[in-house]
Amino acid sequence: MGVERQLPGFVTSKLSTAVNWARKFSLFQYPFVTACCGMEYMAVACNRYDISRFGAEIPRFSPRQADLLWVVGTVNHKLAPFLARIYDQISDPKWVLSFGVCASTGGFYDNYATVQGIDKIIPVDVYIPGCPPRPEQVIDALIMLQEKIAREDWEEHYDRAPAIEVPA
Amino acid sequence: MSQNALKKLKTKFKAAVVDSHERLGNETAIVSREKLLEVCQWLFSDEKMAFDMLSDVTAVDYQNRQPRYEVVYHLYSTTQKHRLRLRVPVEEGQESVPSVAGIWRAANWGEREVFDMFGIRFEGHVDMRRILLYDEFVGHPLRKDYPVQKSQPRMDLRSPERDAVEEFRHFYQDRNRPA
Amino acid sequence: MNQPRSLAALQPDPDVNAHEDVMVLNMGPSHPAMHGTVRMVLTLDGETIVKCDPEIGYLHRGFEKMCENVTWTQVFPYTDRLNYVSPLLNNFGYALAVEKLLGIEITERARYIRTIMGEMSRICDHLTCVAAGALELGAMSAFLYAIEGRDLIWDIVEEVTGARLTVTYARVGGLKDDLTPDFRERWADVQPRVEKIIAVLDQLATKNRVFMDRMQGTGVISKADAINYGFTGPALRSTGVAYDIRKDHPYFAYDRVDFDVIVGSRGDNYDRYLVRMGEMVQSIRIINHCLRDMPEGPVMVDAPHVVLPAKHDVYNSIEGMINHFKIIFEGIQVPAGEVYSFTEAANGELGFYIVSNGTGRPWRLRVRPPCFYLMGGIDRLVEGAMISDIIPTFDTINMIGGEIDR
Repeated sequence: MGVERQLPGFVTSKLSTAVNWARKFSLFQYPFVTACCGMEYMAVACNRYDISRFGAEIPRFSPRQADLLWVVGTVNHKLAPFLARIYDQISDPKWVLSFGVCASTGGFYDNYATVQGIDKIIPVDVYIPGCPPRPEQVIDALIMLQEKIAREDWEEHYDRAPAIEVPA
Repeated sequence: MSQNALKKLKTKFKAAVVDSHERLGNETAIVSREKLLEVCQWLFSDEKMAFDMLSDVTAVDYQNRQPRYEVVYHLYSTTQKHRLRLRVPVEEGQESVPSVAGIWRAANWGEREVFDMFGIRFEGHVDMRRILLYDEFVGHPLRKDYPVQKSQPRMDLRSPERDAVEEFRHFYQDRNRPA
Repeated sequence: MNQPRSLAALQPDPDVNAHEDVMVLNMGPSHPAMHGTVRMVLTLDGETIVKCDPEIGYLHRGFEKMCENVTWTQVFPYTDRLNYVSPLLNNFGYALAVEKLLGIEITERARYIRTIMGEMSRICDHLTCVAAGALELGAMSAFLYAIEGRDLIWDIVEEVTGARLTVTYARVGGLKDDLTPDFRERWADVQPRVEKIIAVLDQLATKNRVFMDRMQGTGVISKADAINYGFTGPALRSTGVAYDIRKDHPYFAYDRVDFDVIVGSRGDNYDRYLVRMGEMVQSIRIINHCLRDMPEGPVMVDAPHVVLPAKHDVYNSIEGMINHFKIIFEGIQVPAGEVYSFTEAANGELGFYIVSNGTGRPWRLRVRPPCFYLMGGIDRLVEGAMISDIIPTFDTINMIGGEIDR
């Protein structure tokens, strides 16, 4: 992966556009579903509010085969290390969608058990507020994520730090 | 029907039943800890009582009175259709109650949860460990002296200084003022 | 978690005899068939399960602790998120418990409306359970049909309560609002479509050879064991015990409507599935009966110490404003005491044990989750079975994370 970094600017920007176009319309989701937002996730993935029209059709239940991590529902301190581990197991490029207010900021569970937002564990790309968010909101967030992917530099994912540091 | 059950219980175990009431249609007997197993065994096997289902086992922390805790059992009979509540007072410092998991296997998980949330151990329970929280957790959250926002993260969080627990602690200190 | 990676750890251990020793397999907390948040540590002998140790608590959100710090009315949003597929049943169960402590009776119309909306939630819960079960056994079309049915009901629930899922519809003393004026027309439009979807689910799954092979004879439990483990609801009725709280200890309008209690006989997964399918049909029957008999009238009881006054009084009179202020800020003053109130939720006996110390905040609020005790018995259900039998067993038990972990 070296020759691309030496090409002139307009070629890399065209390459970025092409690669990002391919990435944003073929997001393979890993639905990390925990709580009530999971019901709205099921509704948005099914026939009425269909997210497969946006390319995000199949849920891949293995982190090795996915690139979009949907964190749906509350994450508590017991589950936090598992979420971090799954995030690390997804290979680059990867994006994270924090679905619902419990995943974004902890929701109204401001207590000993809940992590106040998954961005304390993993980096998040798009936050969807709502308890639970309406399916239209989720589709809006997905489109927002697709626009974000379109804007980014296609190689910016390859230097991210993992969520859990493992000694070599 | 449940009134008869309560009356029979009080007649048979006069020494064990410390107190009882029937307020709001809930027949309740307060049973001493030493006699709990005997009472439960009789309630389960006697054919007039026939309390074959343990609906629920839980505990309450009455903060400023002695005995501090009470373990509460809700019993139901699917054949006679009557209910009974047993309350077992537990002193602070001697938080241990005999386990009824040998009589009703529903108590297996119920008692684990009481241990997890209140710290009351159950003697004779085969598997006394936490059920809802993780092993590294120190303390028992449903006790009244455990602050509601005191979290114990299991891993290093990326931005702990922005955690609401530390910032707003002084707003939530003494919310629940006992009567 | 943070173990050093070294090559030595990857070599097979010579002391382990892979053909004779048991193997410990982890079906981790993030697993598609674990409904999100349960970890099962299985001890396997080949494909047969020797011991199954479920580990829950991955959705523990501190419901009981939070409820001790908020007022009685502020607990309602927390109860929505207990069994989040049938939130109305939880709301009404909690409201019933507080009303028992207060000693007030709700109005007739509120009783009927609570019955109707509760049964709608029950249909949603059973549709979701059957859908998830079918999906995990490979019948994805059944899943899509059932979710469409659920969406249709959610449309009506949204019109009446304002939200699709987390509704917070009940209040102590009644309900937030009356039904919409066109409720009967909307239900007359939705009911045949839901009935058709239930019929389609029946056609797709009930007599399907693969479905029957996987569900019949798996996850079997006897009557005595089920009662001893504290099972209630469809899981208990599938073993042959006809215990339904709506019939045995009726509340709301259940003593005035006709419906049948669906009872199975073998206590296996197939019977649990059939009990749920039958209960959906009975729920539709209850809703229709209630709509025929429902009287007109207010939905909130006339009790100024419990119910917020009408907005007209709040804004135009001092008494109304003070009444509103005191109820909102201090909470409803519930007399000291304890009560255990139980209703038939979709999974079984949902009990609320409430201890009040006379103030506007609960002293202790305990939820008796039906699926907690169902999960406690899961090692009895799967012992000696194969790994693939866990999937339908876990589905028909209908463990809902929000309820079991609170």
